[in-house]
Amino acid sequence: MIALERRPQASTAWTWAAPLMAVVLTMIFGGLLFAALGKDPLVAIRTIFWDPLFGEFASFYRPQLLVKGAPLVLIAIGLSFGFRAGIWNIGAEGQYILGAICGAAVGLALYPSEARWLIFPLMIAGGALGGFLWAMIPGLLKVRFNANEILVSLMLVYVAEQLLAAMALGALKNPEGMGFPGSRNLAQWDSSVSWIDRSAGLHWGVLFALGAVVAAYALMARHVLGFQIRLTGQSPRAAAFAGVRPNRLILVCLGLAGALAGLAGMFEVTGPAGQITIDFNVGYGFTAIIVAFLGRLHPVGILLAGGIMALTYIGGEIAQNQLGTPAAAIQVFQGMLLFFLLAVDVLTHYRLRLGRKAPAPAPRPAPAPEAAE
Amino acid sequence: MIDPALLIASLMVASTPILLAAIGELVVERSGVLNLGVEGMMITGAICGIAAALWAETPWAGFLAAAVGGALLSLLFALLTQVLMSNQVATGLALTLFGLGLSALIGQSYSQIRAPSLQRIDLGALTDLPVVGRLLFGQDPMVYISLLIVAGTWAFLRFSRAGLILRAVGENHDAAHALGYNVRLVRTCAIAFGGACAGLGGAYLSLVRVPQWTDGMTAGAGWIALAIVVFASWRPWRLLLGAYLFGGVTVLQLNLQAGGFAIPVQYLSMSPYIVTILVLVVMNAGRAPGSLGRTFHASH
Repeated sequence: MIALERRPQASTAWTWAAPLMAVVLTMIFGGLLFAALGKDPLVAIRTIFWDPLFGEFASFYRPQLLVKGAPLVLIAIGLSFGFRAGIWNIGAEGQYILGAICGAAVGLALYPSEARWLIFPLMIAGGALGGFLWAMIPGLLKVRFNANEILVSLMLVYVAEQLLAAMALGALKNPEGMGFPGSRNLAQWDSSVSWIDRSAGLHWGVLFALGAVVAAYALMARHVLGFQIRLTGQSPRAAAFAGVRPNRLILVCLGLAGALAGLAGMFEVTGPAGQITIDFNVGYGFTAIIVAFLGRLHPVGILLAGGIMALTYIGGEIAQNQLGTPAAAIQVFQGMLLFFLLAVDVLTHYRLRLGRKAPAPAPRPAPAPEAAE
Repeated sequence: MIDPALLIASLMVASTPILLAAIGELVVERSGVLNLGVEGMMITGAICGIAAALWAETPWAGFLAAAVGGALLSLLFALLTQVLMSNQVATGLALTLFGLGLSALIGQSYSQIRAPSLQRIDLGALTDLPVVGRLLFGQDPMVYISLLIVAGTWAFLRFSRAGLILRAVGENHDAAHALGYNVRLVRTCAIAFGGACAGLGGAYLSLVRVPQWTDGMTAGAGWIALAIVVFASWRPWRLLLGAYLFGGVTVLQLNLQAGGFAIPVQYLSMSPYIVTILVLVVMNAGRAPGSLGRTFHASH
């Protein structure tokens, strides 16, 4: 008989081993999925995980890693603060859309000025502010009326999608676009383009994502706010005694997440996407939730997880083109990854005991646990 | 311009998917589990429903398959949260993401095919009664079934011993465990019931309301169902009120869209979601079950 026994402290080894194991399990079960779809599982897995990095056309795909990874990392870093403190902002997709709309609107209001030194920073500020304000709606409703932030932030995604459509067809529509929906192309306007080196996949969002990783690391490890976030996540009661004001923390966490998601949207619309269109958002805000968990809510982990997730996007597209796998297969793949991570995670907090209750020599799956933080 | 009787009839059709999903989630939450995967189970039900209905050429096979599909998916959630003790919020989200992907994968070969239709019942003279006839005696059978499920859930929770145990598990799982009740088993059963109901709700969308398959066709209905459970303060009859109120808003805005008002369609389409947010803000008087969302681990 197998029993689970709670560890006194989370296992450090399993904290880092669990994501790796989840990736391996996802590859195995993903392979079975592809086999069920009538594809060679080994070829499919190689196409998704190997070809983008080391395959024949890797030099073409590697820049894409930055393009797809940057928004995921930027959003996931923002989400990780709240998730650590038990504040569940799952509406990052909406905040991302609002960042793009506000950033683009600020820029387009000044079209066709050539003062890039003024316009681009203003657009960045506009994008961050747009995402921030959108996240403040669930934040303030939570603080003031105790409305569930999970549901409110999620409802606002659907509102944001409608707003995006209204903008693409209305206020932000390209006046020279011959009636087609969609805004002017911001990636082709010198004052607003966020590309630094297009062929290398480098745009300002990549730099901001890396900066966010460093800043988040410093914040969590060295700043009192990071301490308060971690404390609230582990024990809200202890945090209250330590003088943490929960309402302030809710607003800070949601605000940070919103601003970062807004930035991601703004860099996307001025770079890889180029314009505000009805189908501008592709679900980065939801995938970033998986990235945040896969990266253990730790900045460095999120950076790595963002890379893996970007890889599945790119590999998924390649598999779609070369093997004819359905586009949705990669979505299943990503969902599976989160499932396996959550399943394996039991070993981080619990230890397996075989046999009866007697404390017989039990196999220890991990070395003696140490303090995680 | 808008016939009130017809409006209420279509309101009931619009509310039924949410009502079904919400009553399932209500039972789950009363047992102390927060399953945020309603959206994923619903859309899985939607695709299972249409696939089975087309295969067997009867909508009833579709509803059966949808309930089974939703329950199976929810058992995955039960395995993770009850046996492997994972975080319920994160697992629920995973279930939604996974369900959306899975349904899109299965759904590829089913787009643009019309589902076999579910006939509205016809009681002759009764159905032909002015105004109330169509409302009370002329709906499709699933509308009545959904109302029966609500009534049955109410009676189960209020009058049956099993309902009492379920509520005890939800209020205080440690105490229920100490009394000798199997917390995990009760919760797993509740989760499976929730999954089956969400599946039925999804199938109602793809078989009756739309009725065909489109990617992501639930469009947040599962999340709205979650909000309605909060609105209802975890009580079945108030759930009915909430769902029908919500259906009313949906139908009204659709009528306004069709009526060609000088508001862009997108702003009207936002309204159900905004109303849901308002509802969450105004209605938070109810008390949630005591153990809601907390992980249970029998250490003794």
